[in-house]
Amino acid sequence: MGSLQAEKIRQSFVTHVDEDRLMDCMRCGFCLPACPTYIHSGHDETQSPRGRIALMKAVRDGVVEWDGSIEEAFDLCLGCRACEPACPAGVQYGTLIEETRDAIVSAKDQSLKEKLIRKGAFDHLFADQRKMQAAVKLVTFYQKTGLQKVVRKIGFLELFPSFMKDMERALPEPPKRKKEPGLQSPVQTKVAFFTGCLMDTMFKETNRNTIELLERLGCEVVLPKGQQCCGALQGHSGEMDRAKRNALANIQAFDDVDFDFIVNNAGGCGAFLSEYDRLFEGESPEVHAKAQRFVDKQIDISSLLVKLGIVAELEKLPSTEAVEIVTYQDSCHLRNVNGVTDEPRTILKAVQSSVFTEMPGANLCCGSAGIYNLLQPEMASKILESKMKEVKMIQASTIITTNPGCLLQMKVGVEREGLSSTARAMHLVDFIHEKIIQ
Amino acid sequence: MDEVVLERLIAITGRSYAKTTTAQKLAYSYDATANFQALPDLVLSPSSIEEVQEIVKVCAANGVPIVSRGSGTNLAAGTAPTSGGVVLLFNRMNQILELDEENLTISVQPGVITREINEVVESKGFLYPPDPSSMKISTIGGNVAENSGGLRGLKYGVTRDYVKGLKVVLPSGELLTTGGKLTKDVAGYDLTSLYVGSEGTLGVIVEITLGLIPAPKTKQTLLVFYDKLEKAAETVSAIIAAKIVPATLEFMDKGTIETVEDYMKIGLPTDCEAMLLIEQDGEPAVVTEDMKLIHQICQEKGATSTQMAQSAEEAEQLSTARRVALSALARKRPTTILEDATVPRSEIANMVRAIQEIAKKYDLLICTFGHAGDGNLHPTILTDVRDEDEMTRVEMAFAEIFNHAIQLGGTITGEHGVGEMKAPYLEWKIGTTGIELMKALKLAVDPLNIMNPGKIFAKDSKKRVVVHNG
Repeated sequence: MGSLQAEKIRQSFVTHVDEDRLMDCMRCGFCLPACPTYIHSGHDETQSPRGRIALMKAVRDGVVEWDGSIEEAFDLCLGCRACEPACPAGVQYGTLIEETRDAIVSAKDQSLKEKLIRKGAFDHLFADQRKMQAAVKLVTFYQKTGLQKVVRKIGFLELFPSFMKDMERALPEPPKRKKEPGLQSPVQTKVAFFTGCLMDTMFKETNRNTIELLERLGCEVVLPKGQQCCGALQGHSGEMDRAKRNALANIQAFDDVDFDFIVNNAGGCGAFLSEYDRLFEGESPEVHAKAQRFVDKQIDISSLLVKLGIVAELEKLPSTEAVEIVTYQDSCHLRNVNGVTDEPRTILKAVQSSVFTEMPGANLCCGSAGIYNLLQPEMASKILESKMKEVKMIQASTIITTNPGCLLQMKVGVEREGLSSTARAMHLVDFIHEKIIQ
Repeated sequence: MDEVVLERLIAITGRSYAKTTTAQKLAYSYDATANFQALPDLVLSPSSIEEVQEIVKVCAANGVPIVSRGSGTNLAAGTAPTSGGVVLLFNRMNQILELDEENLTISVQPGVITREINEVVESKGFLYPPDPSSMKISTIGGNVAENSGGLRGLKYGVTRDYVKGLKVVLPSGELLTTGGKLTKDVAGYDLTSLYVGSEGTLGVIVEITLGLIPAPKTKQTLLVFYDKLEKAAETVSAIIAAKIVPATLEFMDKGTIETVEDYMKIGLPTDCEAMLLIEQDGEPAVVTEDMKLIHQICQEKGATSTQMAQSAEEAEQLSTARRVALSALARKRPTTILEDATVPRSEIANMVRAIQEIAKKYDLLICTFGHAGDGNLHPTILTDVRDEDEMTRVEMAFAEIFNHAIQLGGTITGEHGVGEMKAPYLEWKIGTTGIELMKALKLAVDPLNIMNPGKIFAKDSKKRVVVHNG
């Protein structure tokens, strides 16, 4: 790479990556054992949070000249943010890696491969809910017409990288159209539901179940119009302007003081939503205040269900002989950013007809990480492989997640290991819905 | 480095285990010490003693420096490759070789994470006592090379007290075997001891045999809070004077408590001036009796409140709170520089007072925590390397802290090592006679000076201004 381009990137780091935030890292290394890529690379410092922060600083300070090896180190970061709760110094790694990706994207043209995936994903799908729905229609068509079977038979998928193949096999069955359910009990809590783009399309059933559960527990659920994709995928990939555009639209859409909570059922979205205030730091106080109000009302579905007394509801259910072993794979962002670890487990433990078993390493990223599994199939596969070893070890028949990316990844894992006859991956909401309502 | 030499070195491990890119070299250019950084020429991960020997021979033949590196948690720039050369990693030499229950020993490769050793031996009813704060990250090879301490040093000693035997690749490439699974061994000079704490300057440690003890039956943990620093320090001396040796006797001052609480959120009172973390382990009756006495002494010395851990989890949380102290302090200012001054434990109150005065004199923010029972304090200066004027004052303050520690019969480093950071002050502690003897030893073992050059010995010693106080 020419030094002109390298200098352009260095300048971009100076503009985008906050020096004080970098200085927060004192290089103690406490983050190392928490980092999935550090672990799975056989303890390679280059693939650790401490290493990446040192690289950010070195590029910014001009200690090293930008090249492909540095870019690879940043690309390999899952963005799971497991390093943040592990960091006694309180380094805001998530913000730093976002700033870094923003710096890179701003300074140079994206590589062709990534550009194609991004263009498809960001411009056409995530930015526009209607297109997302259209894409899902295609998936429906593909699955329902039997084309899926044909394609599998003739081996068309050989053309895809192996990971895409597993991904294809794991695509969820799209929902049948149903009428929206009505109110069932007197209203106590008014909840605005952030539906999330993936959740509202590929996992529409889960959203419907979310609404039914909340209404059953006495909530009035409102779906504010004009809400969009949360912007997380864009933000994590250096498309900060697009992320902010979506954030602003969402803040406007939910700017109603009547809601007690703004609930989401996707850990990845929830984390990004809960940090909207950071996106507008240093901008107009009015916008920042609105963002703050939005942030203050955020809650994830598991925490809200616990607050609404789901545990008592579940304990009322008749106890049958439990044969189902259920386990929970943390959503990294729900755990590491929002600090929610107990609630999903508390709920699962309260289910009478299954046994909850904690999976070793449930707190470690599954390798899905947004579109990471598409961009870094090798590392993602390594991570998933060790995850599935744990699933087999505890003989789990149901793996519960709280985020669409993780859910897809777990489905891929189940497929790939040939476990589909004995194990299933489900969203927490669907599992609870199955137990309480169905 | 010469391209031909580079290729010869890479051929030893194979290209998959050689790191040569810009990003990789940068990632191995530092350790946990602020302000020391330099890129190595090559980073190698050998898989066997033989590969290490071959690497050392090529380096010796070509005058290439070798820096052995565990997980890079060193706090005195001991593992920063400031002379370039090869950084040796042990991530592929990370196996536990043998747990010998009859001889109470465990043999390990240097890349094993310290915590893993603790867990493995504890599952069999043994204890490997050294527990440096970085034990979840640090490797045993690094611990041996630095003679690391930890929270249990007061009762159980440090790494040196548990190293029974070593295999070391000498700077010539020959393999030296010292000691063994022995409780007694006086066959000549104690070479095992020479290598423990030699900071990678005398060879490459490639295998370690550690001694173990039976695990204590029970443990109790107590937190004690004070409204004055001195009261905490006096408590420490009083406990020792009462002929009680607790397993752990740790100290944190107000600033440290604040930042630790900020991170852990476990309800530590941030309005107190000092805190002691006291642990005793052993036979249940003895532990109960000791803790009762300790509690009484704390009250007599004016503790404002005490809190006994109610469960093993709570006790673990409290030790963790102490272990994260240094990193948590980084919340206060951009740059964290800590020291390791150590005094005879009877002088702890004097040392704490002196640190406070020095902080005031140089207008610096110094927070102090440490192994009070060992007389081993970690005064930590929270500063900003970008502020030149402040950094000058930092340097003067440290010189004065060292000076004071030595005057009280102490040392410049208790458990972190000299590295490059404290090299200019080594002469203050051991004198020119000590320096000359150490240099003669180094020259005899490593005549080409390829083993971690620039560490322990400085080009120039700092001039010591002896200030007599009082």
